[in-house]
Amino acid sequence: MTLNLYFDYVIFPILTVTVILVFIRLFKGPELVDRVVALDLLITIGIALITVYSIRSAEAIFLDVAMIFALIAFLGTIAFSFYLDKQEKK
Amino acid sequence: MTSILIAIVSTIGSLAILFASIGILRMPDFYLRLSVTVKASTLGVGLLLACAAYVFPDASVTTKALSIVFFLILTTPVAAHMIGRTAYHTGVAKWKGTFIDELDDLSDKKEDGSPDNQDHAAPNREI
Repeated sequence: MTLNLYFDYVIFPILTVTVILVFIRLFKGPELVDRVVALDLLITIGIALITVYSIRSAEAIFLDVAMIFALIAFLGTIAFSFYLDKQEKK
Repeated sequence: MTSILIAIVSTIGSLAILFASIGILRMPDFYLRLSVTVKASTLGVGLLLACAAYVFPDASVTTKALSIVFFLILTTPVAAHMIGRTAYHTGVAKWKGTFIDELDDLSDKKEDGSPDNQDHAAPNREI
């Protein structure tokens, strides 16, 4: 069993199930902050998927996209919390 | 040998991310969801990026992967702290099993304007 087959049949299905579970919380979440945290986790899982795909296809250039995703996740969460705070004070 | 090592480490990383997603679905409270999500997902992504740093023989790719891990470890707790503080100030309900709320005492003291040492000396923990 080569490493590419292992990635195709074990790692990618696990990460796919993970994305589905987080999407359930994203649609169900009773509060807005639940959805923000679910979105943050979703982008983090996106970084993981890009990394695994980059290993599987032997293309190291995809890691640049993962780095930008890490930046966007941090800025998105900070912006959401900033504007939710502002909305509360009004 | 190398491929077996990569398979083991990537399996541990993807299982950590799976546990984070099960936690965000099953935990009863926003704060517990936040606590379980941030740590486990950071561990999982860190292990997968360590796999990527080990697979590619190029030094620039290794540096890139390690910088992503460093950036994630640096920024994820800050974002989690900020969104948790926003949730507390917005008034998101706690789980009924949570009985220690240290921020509640502080906010009461600020509203009164007079700091009383009675509560500070003996915090009442009602189970």
